[in-house]
Amino acid sequence: MGEDENILEELDDIQKDGLETLASVQDEAGVQAWRTAHLGRSAPVMLAFTRLGQISKEMRPAVGQKANQVKLALEAALEARAEEVKIASLRQKLDTERLDITLPGRRPTLGRLHPAAQALSEIIHIFEEMGFQEYRSPEVETDELNFELLNIPAYHPARDMWDTFHTTVPGTILRTHTSPGQIRAMREMCPKPIRVILPGMVYRYEQTNASHEMQFNQVELLAVGKNITLGDLKGTIEGFARRMFGESVRVRMRPSYFPFTEPSADIVMECFVCGSKGCPVCKYSGWLEIAGCGMLHPVVLRNGGYDPAVYSGFAAGLGPERIALLKYQVDDIRNFWQNDIRFLEQF
Amino acid sequence: MKVPLSWLKEYVDIDLSLIELADVLTMAGLEVEDVLLVGLPNPYEQAGAPQRREVSIHGLSWDPEKIVVAQIDEVMPHPNADRLVLCRLNDGVSELVVLTGAPNLFEYKGSGPLARPLKVAYAREGARLYDGHQPGQMLTTLKRTKIRGVDSFSMVCSEKELGISEEHEGIIILDDDAPTGRPLVEYMGDAVLEVNILPNMSRNASMTGIARELAALTQKALRKPQVNLPANGPSIAGKVSIQITDPQLNARFVLGMLEGAEQRPSPYRAQLRLRLAGMRPINAVVDATNYVMLEIGQPLHAFDYDVLVKRAGGKAPTIITRAAHPGEKLTTLDGVERSLDDFTVLVCDTAGALSLAGVMGGQESEITPGTRNILLEGATWNFVNTRRTNSSQKLSSEAGYRFSRGVHPALSSEGVKLCLQRMAEWSGGVIYSDLVDEYPLPAADPEAEISTGDVKRLLGIELTAAEIAALLSRLEFACRVEGNSVFAKTPPHRQDIGTGVIGRADLAEEVARIYGYDRIPATYMAEELPEARVRRPIQVEKLVRQSLARLGLQEVINYRLTAPEREARLAAAQPEASLPTYITLKNPLSPERSVMRRSLLAAILDTLEKNARLRDRLALFEVGPVFLPVEGQALPDEAPRLAMAMTGQRGTPAWDSPDSAQLDFYDLKGVIEGLLESLHVGNAQYSHTDNPAFHPGKSAQVTVNGSVLGVFGELHPQVKARYDFLAPAVVAAEFDLAALIDASASRYEIQPVPVFPPVLEDLALIVDESVLAADVEAAIRQGGGKLLTGVRLFDIFRGEQIGAGKKSLAYALSYQASDHTLSPGEANQIRQRILRRVEQLVGAQLRS
Ligand SMILES: [Zn+2]
Repeated sequence: MGEDENILEELDDIQKDGLETLASVQDEAGVQAWRTAHLGRSAPVMLAFTRLGQISKEMRPAVGQKANQVKLALEAALEARAEEVKIASLRQKLDTERLDITLPGRRPTLGRLHPAAQALSEIIHIFEEMGFQEYRSPEVETDELNFELLNIPAYHPARDMWDTFHTTVPGTILRTHTSPGQIRAMREMCPKPIRVILPGMVYRYEQTNASHEMQFNQVELLAVGKNITLGDLKGTIEGFARRMFGESVRVRMRPSYFPFTEPSADIVMECFVCGSKGCPVCKYSGWLEIAGCGMLHPVVLRNGGYDPAVYSGFAAGLGPERIALLKYQVDDIRNFWQNDIRFLEQF
Repeated sequence: MKVPLSWLKEYVDIDLSLIELADVLTMAGLEVEDVLLVGLPNPYEQAGAPQRREVSIHGLSWDPEKIVVAQIDEVMPHPNADRLVLCRLNDGVSELVVLTGAPNLFEYKGSGPLARPLKVAYAREGARLYDGHQPGQMLTTLKRTKIRGVDSFSMVCSEKELGISEEHEGIIILDDDAPTGRPLVEYMGDAVLEVNILPNMSRNASMTGIARELAALTQKALRKPQVNLPANGPSIAGKVSIQITDPQLNARFVLGMLEGAEQRPSPYRAQLRLRLAGMRPINAVVDATNYVMLEIGQPLHAFDYDVLVKRAGGKAPTIITRAAHPGEKLTTLDGVERSLDDFTVLVCDTAGALSLAGVMGGQESEITPGTRNILLEGATWNFVNTRRTNSSQKLSSEAGYRFSRGVHPALSSEGVKLCLQRMAEWSGGVIYSDLVDEYPLPAADPEAEISTGDVKRLLGIELTAAEIAALLSRLEFACRVEGNSVFAKTPPHRQDIGTGVIGRADLAEEVARIYGYDRIPATYMAEELPEARVRRPIQVEKLVRQSLARLGLQEVINYRLTAPEREARLAAAQPEASLPTYITLKNPLSPERSVMRRSLLAAILDTLEKNARLRDRLALFEVGPVFLPVEGQALPDEAPRLAMAMTGQRGTPAWDSPDSAQLDFYDLKGVIEGLLESLHVGNAQYSHTDNPAFHPGKSAQVTVNGSVLGVFGELHPQVKARYDFLAPAVVAAEFDLAALIDASASRYEIQPVPVFPPVLEDLALIVDESVLAADVEAAIRQGGGKLLTGVRLFDIFRGEQIGAGKKSLAYALSYQASDHTLSPGEANQIRQRILRRVEQLVGAQLRS
């Protein structure tokens, strides 16, 4: 009787001893060794099963049940421990596989559009959303289209505004602005309404320096119709400025002069570089000029085939490089056509 | 134009701050580019100043406590220094001794107490001034020091030290009425507005011009200077006569006279204004002409009357205005003998030319220190002739500036009268009581019409006729309202208003300006939308550029101007006669940029060369026109082109794979294939080209349906040698963009995604070395028919095993049907057909 009771205590000890030794198992090999020692054929709990026959009938079920519980407890503990050991050893392995994540990545070769082209297409895109369509006209132009039909006769004081490259063909020049395209577009589309955008390269006979180029892009807007007002011009350019520079940008239309528009205006925008506190970019004035514009001069409308008593319209000109210059703080406009890869790659 | 605030205030009351004033003018088209403070405080540095800048304001503010009017009562020699004097000075608080080296005080040295004390600008210790001894404007604070054993803690100032001008030769000696002890800023502190005068606003190139605008904008009265000739002076009758040869050149000519002038400096007040306005004071007579020009905008010219009488042989001179004779010469007052053009207008007398009308006076009749009797000219000259003379003589003067933009003839007599008055005031003398006035071509001062409908239609605002008339009346238009129309007569000081539809636009601008551009509501066009136009070339060009960027190429944009020699680097040597013709500049800035380019390839190779040493790999493209002159046509053909150029390593090197193979023909061909694929250009043929820029064996031309799209390949070694390239090879291409766009498909069909699995197999075919890959592939495709859905060359092998002069091309093929899975038997049939066909067409054997 006493013998049989002892075996129950013995089984408690077996479980206790097994769990204690399991706690100190640290690796896969330890797990295997422990399994053999505590759950193998000659492990104490297994031997307890073989001793069942020697136990009294009354006690046998209790001992059997107990031995089974101990075995299950050890097996469950082993499983849990084995999982822990596995995770720990994986963690250890991963710890040895740390990359220097600061090493540069392997890069596919990246192509880019030229910064002037990027600025140009951004501007064109905005105006296209407003219903303007792109229209192109030649870069080598006649004096007649570039000046005379735009209300700029020879020796007119306004001619000072454009220093001109002349070609050896008399009356043929490099266009000084995209405005001759106004006449071309009007003559092509008259008497239909017009809403076009004229982008392209223009030329000035001017020594180049950090802020002047002999060649630069211009984008010109032209709208002709029966009820187009100065207010429409203001709304169109303000809409552009908000899309280009942000919803909250402050824009002003100030009177100006161009021979081919009347009334004429300059569009200025608060300096985004300094927040209008004054900086070298805005020459401490707080304002940046972004466009010249105005209502089409009656002479220009007439030269385009439209009766100025019936039709009205507006034109506006912007400089994409100048806008890029301001936006990216480029200190020298000559960068654009020098095509130094170290410049181009930054856009 | 430089506009001193104090001068402006003489003609109009201003109750605006400097910032508001600048804003009001700017918003009316008189842009204030910046404001230079000459004494006045900076509004941006005062308490409660706005955070936001509206205008640039800079310059020197004079501390009212530390910079004051003082008087020098005696000038005494310095005991230890000849070049210094000691001044006994009263600053209104106390009497003290001040040390100075000003040479203009030396004449008073040692002459005892002065009967007429000298009024000066005096700076006390701690005053902030510009350093007179440093170049430019360096701010400094006046500190106590010892000069030659004498304590010095204050000083009498020069113009430079006060920021008035660069003048540092002597100290300022103020007019006698300057109040001793008062802050200098109260007496003469000023601010100079730099106003940008637009070409159509030349009427405002004067103080009264700006004041008139300001009066209109702020609804104040304009105080025009009062001009009256004395009733009791001698008469000019019989003293001089005028002959105008061509009224188109000289619409009006007015002469007045002053007798007995003394040559002396003008009052300091006048000198200061001239300086602040950007002109140099000379003497009272010349200063008066300049002062009045700045004051009302009429340039004036003073002759020495006695010289003219002498030239007329003692008789009354006759002034003749006419165009110069070809080859005529005149020595102008700058001492230059000038050869004249027939468009130059001259003021002459019976003995010959006296001056370049409206541009510059002649040397002989100019005012000299001995001049006593002055004949004063106020005239109106044709602005075109003045412009042409300015530019042909390379002269720029204040008078030429105004005349080349047009001066209203009404100002001629006003100017002469006002100037005689100023001259008499500053230099003494007696003014003649009348003028000689020839006015053969009176100003039109046209009347223009604008209606309420026009204002609505052009400006988008609703105004009544009375409101329109009120706005225009503020600018001195004489307005008459008839129904909805306003008839506005141009005031006699401006020439920028036309008639008819032009006059209407001119008036609309004036209405908008005075109404305020700021008040015009921003609207969006309610106008009917134009029809949509599809500009396919523009769309495809955009796609070309985007595709090439995606294919790893950097876009560049070059100058369109180049030199023929730069483009000649691409060509084989050729006789002079067959050189291409260019659009050539008549006035190039440099020989390097003298013609419009004909070759985009040349441009991109220049760029490639420039960058060759900066990167291991370069792949560039450019899209743009070339300019091809067309016989019998003024304008060239602006043909759109696409150029590409690549050199260096194939891949971007990485730290664990440092080097890669060099870019070659097939890299560029791959880019071209990728481009053609993204444009859906089908059926491109590649054939050898004899273009002299390229290696004859490593170049090709691309043809689609018989039209040549472009050429590409490795640069000819001789061409490459003309450039500074390090890499062993440079590959480049030039395409006709228009042809490429034509060949691109706007619509194309796609193949359905297959449902049944393909049969994949590799075939290695042995062919003669001379057989082209394209021909082998074509034969495979012919043999395979519709069920052959994929052909990819994956290896080329040459070696003993297959024999000399042979190569083995290995292809990965896929066979596939759209409606069932191919059986092994069907696949075998396809293979057999392919093998038969390649043997037949290109003599290929299966490599076993
Ligand atoms: Zn700024």
